[in-house]
Amino acid sequence: MIKVQTPEPFDPLMQEPLLPPKGHYSASKLERVLRAGHFAVTSELNPPDSADPRDVLKAAEPLIEVADGINATDASGANCHMSSMGICSLLSRAGQGVVFQISCRDRNRIAIQGDVLGAAAMGVGAVLCLTGDGVGVGDQPGAKAVFDFDSISLLRTLKTMRDEGVFLSGRKLSTPPKIFLGAAENPCVEPLEWRADRLEKKVEAGADFIQTNYIFDVDRFERFMEKVRARGLHKKVFILAGVGPLASAKAARWMRTNVPGIHIPDSVIERLENADNPGREGKEICIELVKKMRRINGVAGVHIMAYRREHMVNEIIEESGVLKDRL
Amino acid sequence: MYSVRIFCARHARVFEKTYTVLESLFVLLHPILNKLGYNRLEKPVAIIEKLTKGFLFDCQMCGQCVLSSTGMSCPMNCPKNVRNGPCGGVREGGFCEVNSHMRCVWVEAWNGAGRMTSGLERIRAVQPPVNRELAGSSSWLRVVREKAELRLSLKQQAKQGGPDLAKAEMANAFSDARKNHPGVAPLATEPKAALAEQAVVEQTSVHKTHKAASQ
Repeated sequence: MIKVQTPEPFDPLMQEPLLPPKGHYSASKLERVLRAGHFAVTSELNPPDSADPRDVLKAAEPLIEVADGINATDASGANCHMSSMGICSLLSRAGQGVVFQISCRDRNRIAIQGDVLGAAAMGVGAVLCLTGDGVGVGDQPGAKAVFDFDSISLLRTLKTMRDEGVFLSGRKLSTPPKIFLGAAENPCVEPLEWRADRLEKKVEAGADFIQTNYIFDVDRFERFMEKVRARGLHKKVFILAGVGPLASAKAARWMRTNVPGIHIPDSVIERLENADNPGREGKEICIELVKKMRRINGVAGVHIMAYRREHMVNEIIEESGVLKDRL
Repeated sequence: MYSVRIFCARHARVFEKTYTVLESLFVLLHPILNKLGYNRLEKPVAIIEKLTKGFLFDCQMCGQCVLSSTGMSCPMNCPKNVRNGPCGGVREGGFCEVNSHMRCVWVEAWNGAGRMTSGLERIRAVQPPVNRELAGSSSWLRVVREKAELRLSLKQQAKQGGPDLAKAEMANAFSDARKNHPGVAPLATEPKAALAEQAVVEQTSVHKTHKAASQ
């Protein structure tokens, strides 16, 4: 069993604000774990379609034991759910490390800069800047797409708020947000040739950590990491490789066709197809991926996206043995 | 037109050279342009710019042209208006996530930048979000104003207590992009005519793109 410290609840109004340790940008657990040199684990929470705070805790439960940061998605796939802001506020109050995801699709620069202050006030220490999927793939394709920022201009803006203590308008912040800045990268989709260059641009814009999209094609990822190492980027940014358990060959094919930015090689789908128990095979594949990621030079952790299979996250991490150094 | 726009990105180097020559020529003409009055020039030049760049690049007249930093592939044709692309949703073969019949604007951009002399260096600069106040105005005139007046106006503004705070912060936060494209975060005084069209560019630009791509 993995030993967990019982998290201390945090009440932002009754307690002193959480201060970052020396040399850290934030007080977030994720930054602490990464800077200590541990192999970090983050995982995505399935956001409830509900206004009940207990549903948030229920969704977080299977992740709490192993995740150094719980990612609250921001209407991922352009589907409406409880906001990442609401989820992060609740989980921070429960003492959990969270990653506040921001998609540029739904809010403009005025809303986002304000949200970041709000989130930081609630004790959120890590933010993930995303451009976001187009509205067309979601449950409300008639919505107006905003895209005022893109992930990179958002990163630079938040870095400016944090380090210069001003809004993009130049107005001063009396207390800047103390946040660890994250971004995504998708190493396995086109243009493969330029993906490492784009990562470099994200680092340049202000990224402190990266959570990648799903990786099922280790060869492609290795080639990406070679370029990353050649540029020395793995020393400037913590890279968490994105993995997840597939449910079946059918589900994998569906994801490949319908979810933007997912590349699954045929060999993986064949393995699921030939398995007696595809669910278990999907989990096995995921455990193998976690172990492989652990061995790649420059990978600082894994980001597990187990949509509707969150109950497996614990076992995947335990069976992979990546947290052994923290027993 | 979609095919022309693809052609331009694939011949980015020629357009880079042409643009560099034209830009320095325009900057030299600044004293004359200034005498004629930027306010008076704004509308006619914007029309010429729209026609030329509209034909070549499917230009959407954002007013802050960064073509020479985006491999001569206009980022405003990206359905997400991404100015620092590509996003993570690019389809197999380099097609757009949102409009699967269209080549990803940013795949073309990086490839185009690779064909240019200083394209790869320029595409690495972090571009700021688009200033929607400048939509519809002439980017050419803005660049000339910035490049020619910058030193002078900064000196003057420093004497008068510094430039406009909001402008200065944007210019500071995205100083890398300003090196090549001062128009993306302009500091020089804007003529009235350049700010007249404050209509937000609605998603019409996206619809136009879709139509062009399916033709």
